[in-house]
Amino acid sequence: MSAGENGMLNVRLRVWRQDGPGDAGRFETYDVGGISPDASFLEMLDVLNERLTLEGREPITFESDCREGICGTCGLMINGRAHGPQKGTATCQLHMREFSDGDLITVEPWRAGSFEVIRDLAVDRTALDRIIAAGGYISVNTGAAPDANLVPVPKEAAECAFDAAACIGCGACVAACPNSAAQLFTAAKVQHLNLLPQGQPERWARTEAMVETMERFFGSCTNHGECEEACPKEISIDFIAWTNRDYVRAKLRNRKPTGRR
Amino acid sequence: MIGSLDPRLPEGPLEDAWTNHKFSLRLVSPNNKRRFSVIVVGTGLAGASAAASLGELGYRVKAFTYHDSPRRAHSIAAQGGINAAKNYRNDGDSVFRLFYDTIKGGDYRSREANVYRLAETSLAIIDQCVAAGVPFAREYGGLLDNRSFGGAQVSRTFYARGQTGQQLLLGAYSALMRQVAAGTVDLHTRAEMLDLVVAEGRAVGIVVRDLLSGEVTAHAGDAVILATGGYSNVYFLSTNAKMCNVTAAWRAHRRGALFANPCYTQIHPTCIPAGDDFQSKLTLMSESLRNDGRIWVPRAFDDARAPADIPEAERDYYLEEKYAAFGNLVPRDVASRNAKAVVDAGRGVGPLRNGVYLDFSDALARDGADVVRAKYGNLFDMYERITGEDPHRAPMRIYPAVHYTMGGLWVDYNLMSNVPGLFVAGEANFSDHGANRLGASALMQGLADGYFIAPYTVGDYLAGRLGEEGPRTDHPAFADTVSEVSDRTARWTAARGSRTVDWFHRELGRIVWDHCGMSRNAAGLRKALAEIPALRQEFHADVCVPGSAASLNQSLEKAGRVDDFFELAELLARDALEREESCGGHFREEHQDAEGEARRDDEHFTHVAAWEWAGPDDEPIRHREELTFSAVTPTTRSYK
Amino acid sequence: MGKKWVMALTGIALIGFVLVHMVGNLHLYEGAWETHEYAETLRDLGTKVIPRTWVLWALRAGLAAAFALHLHSAYSLTRMSRAADRRYAGGRDYIAANYASRTMRWTGPLVGLFVVYHLADLTWGHFNPDYVRGDPYHNVVASLSNLPVAIWYIVANVALAVHIYHGAWSIFQSLGVSSPRWNPLRRRLAGTFAAAVLVGNLSFPILVQAGVIDDGGRSVVRERLEQADRTGEALAPPEGAP
Repeated sequence: MSAGENGMLNVRLRVWRQDGPGDAGRFETYDVGGISPDASFLEMLDVLNERLTLEGREPITFESDCREGICGTCGLMINGRAHGPQKGTATCQLHMREFSDGDLITVEPWRAGSFEVIRDLAVDRTALDRIIAAGGYISVNTGAAPDANLVPVPKEAAECAFDAAACIGCGACVAACPNSAAQLFTAAKVQHLNLLPQGQPERWARTEAMVETMERFFGSCTNHGECEEACPKEISIDFIAWTNRDYVRAKLRNRKPTGRR
Repeated sequence: MIGSLDPRLPEGPLEDAWTNHKFSLRLVSPNNKRRFSVIVVGTGLAGASAAASLGELGYRVKAFTYHDSPRRAHSIAAQGGINAAKNYRNDGDSVFRLFYDTIKGGDYRSREANVYRLAETSLAIIDQCVAAGVPFAREYGGLLDNRSFGGAQVSRTFYARGQTGQQLLLGAYSALMRQVAAGTVDLHTRAEMLDLVVAEGRAVGIVVRDLLSGEVTAHAGDAVILATGGYSNVYFLSTNAKMCNVTAAWRAHRRGALFANPCYTQIHPTCIPAGDDFQSKLTLMSESLRNDGRIWVPRAFDDARAPADIPEAERDYYLEEKYAAFGNLVPRDVASRNAKAVVDAGRGVGPLRNGVYLDFSDALARDGADVVRAKYGNLFDMYERITGEDPHRAPMRIYPAVHYTMGGLWVDYNLMSNVPGLFVAGEANFSDHGANRLGASALMQGLADGYFIAPYTVGDYLAGRLGEEGPRTDHPAFADTVSEVSDRTARWTAARGSRTVDWFHRELGRIVWDHCGMSRNAAGLRKALAEIPALRQEFHADVCVPGSAASLNQSLEKAGRVDDFFELAELLARDALEREESCGGHFREEHQDAEGEARRDDEHFTHVAAWEWAGPDDEPIRHREELTFSAVTPTTRSYK
Repeated sequence: MGKKWVMALTGIALIGFVLVHMVGNLHLYEGAWETHEYAETLRDLGTKVIPRTWVLWALRAGLAAAFALHLHSAYSLTRMSRAADRRYAGGRDYIAANYASRTMRWTGPLVGLFVVYHLADLTWGHFNPDYVRGDPYHNVVASLSNLPVAIWYIVANVALAVHIYHGAWSIFQSLGVSSPRWNPLRRRLAGTFAAAVLVGNLSFPILVQAGVIDDGGRSVVRERLEQADRTGEALAPPEGAP
């Protein structure tokens, strides 16, 4: 970072504006000045939006909620990178100290076939929920659970499952993938449950259903590894490898009892 | 207008109260369940677990969230953990002890029966979550790990790194999505509830605005459950997510539901202090940090030296000195007030002198960097990302921030408000935490309400409706409510004043924080009661809401929410003014002892204040629900 | 996802072939007659059990099938991504995706074209006026001594190596051969493999161009075979053969 006068930053933004799903969209350029390096990127956009509102123009629509990197609502393509230049950081946790005075910053929405642009920088990510509905759960009704310590879970397995479960569902993996695949999202969700003893009964059905639902909405992985770099939770593509293995095992396994052909 | 405020508490000894009560609740037979539709608003821990559980039972559930996905609710940001009286550590925990700690922590301003039930239910919650695949921390033997949290003297907190809320919410969300796939839950995303429909004295539905198309629609349900969270964002700067708001609860309040104890707000002691004027929200760091971090400020006023240059003798470890038994682990309100005291006295640290140090150098020297990192690594990383400072090298700077609101819509033991058919779950209700919530209890309450209480009690209400015709949206009450909502929306989009919604929100927050924040006094509260309506008038006259109502319009959404915050803020100040005592998160400067400790007034204020809306221009009416204690005796909290 | 498995399994078959082909071609260093004998050995495979050349044909058929399936999965994966992908109007950065992974869809077809050319040139003898059936050494020299042809070989084999560099690593990932302990080895293995194939394959056009591999335009094998036909002698390596 290098700051301008009295430590404040002045940047020029090139922001994607689009009135609705049907609109063609275009870049618009804005100069934003007097931003503290300690401000977050989204706070910088807040400042710009305040100004636009008072100038009688429409503020830029972008989504965010928790602003502490856990809810997964935010997500912008900043200078050609999903969530911007800082590794392992969601857009809302990106701070202006990562930029220099006078920078030109290009801001675009996530782009993928099933991520339709709703307005400006906001996109529709409901396809990710469809993948979960296809099998991203353990079928246990409320009240049916045995004592929590009945089934020991090896610490390593629990930790590994957690590494996958850390996914915040932001869609950066899709945005960064040259194939627009949601492979890392799906693999993280599948492996979180497949790695735990509780997840075993539905392991094969889950893998098959979630992977195939993913492929209905998204592209297919060709192992570029961009997703891992873009992921704000730095989830490993090893989970993709394991899901690939589980998928074929699921396909090969005859789950139907022999009695009913 | 309001009959008696009957909490419908169960009879008999506490230990059997919930069991007996469950037995007395009426049941709906399986084939009748599908006749009933239940509306659930909000898909956080309480909403998602309630919707999933009711769907599993066979009710037709309609779930609403203004997020793009149920998984985004702010429950996801809870870090520390969830309490349960499992006593897996053999350190003397029990349901009674968790009950006792919770009611004492709440400063004896909550119902015994509710709190006991919460403690009792905690056991099943952990079982349920583990079965659903929540990856809780484990010990090497594969069994669940526990830690002591937020001042508890037993280790009863279950946790999943620093992301317990996330993992629990994902568990509830997966159960919800399973029901969505099964067709029992009809999920409406990006749909914001803007009003409650009441007909013949019962809650019969809601009116929502589709945030993408702007369309305003009515939805009928035999029962309505609000699980819409708390109202911390009335302060503008809080640890809540940007979109968290009081609108759903407030609109229900305006339709007749009582709002209880709005002045009980919780300030979390370990947040990152604001960095500049554009700060949009504050970030909390788990208070588990206080297990190993030591809190101090320089003894000297306005000490500009770097922390490392301040010798040990010139540091004031004020919590350790004042509270020998609990030290840095005193409850949240005590830790927060003491931080405010030293900062107000001019001994704050950081460029804006608005924080205190939380120092890990002793822990790092004692346990080594690896051990400390294993416990707090993600929190250290988060702190560094936000402030650009590395906590391994320099102490963290922390300051209290508004974090949770114990007040909320009044509910009886069945979680039903005084409006029949309207249930309220999770942070949105007032029921279990009294005047102060213990750490790791919010997640417990949200899931208790959603998984294990509402599914029974909603059934009891619906059983009483068997044979009645269910509500239909062609009832005139629906059309009336829809047109009121549409009118309100249209008014905002015509506003072309000279200030933004956020500007007003920030100003409102400043008033509420200054006068109804960590410590309050009558003069300040009266001032707030004068300033809030004045600012509100200005807001109506001079706000600018660009764009149209027929598409995604975030300024419009915010305008409606801030408008409701204005009304709530007034009620909050009024409630704080009326409660002439200090208890839990409500500290009245007039009511403290010589040492500055809070002084409760059990004789006059052992009650719940439940406020009734009397109209926009009339003073609200204060109702009382007396609290009685049989199992515990209210004592003065002492952490010395 | 099944497509990725097909891609990976056929990939294994194809890189297996590439390796064996390259190693087999090292016979060119030994001389024309040895190369001829090696080619004959391939035709003799399995002759004790089934008729001559059947095993070879079976292998060829298998390879052709693998090739076709490999192409098919590439085609369908490409179609899926094209359907799902949207371009960034403001451009984008690549961090992990390397040149190899991003050019699979170019290096693949290039190698495919090359294979067709290569078969036409050296198996069917289309482009070579001096093609001698049964003398691969002579044919290779005849083709690769032509500079444009040598350059085409070099370009195609660089593309092949780049393709294999990503493909070989990708096989592990697609088949789920992944263990944190061994994963760093996967990249190294893929790199070493691609480099070995590259060095081996490039040595042939370069050495022909350098004149190290050369038969002076004579087909040693044809001469030897004709001589043997005339005299009925047992075949022995001719003296002074290059």
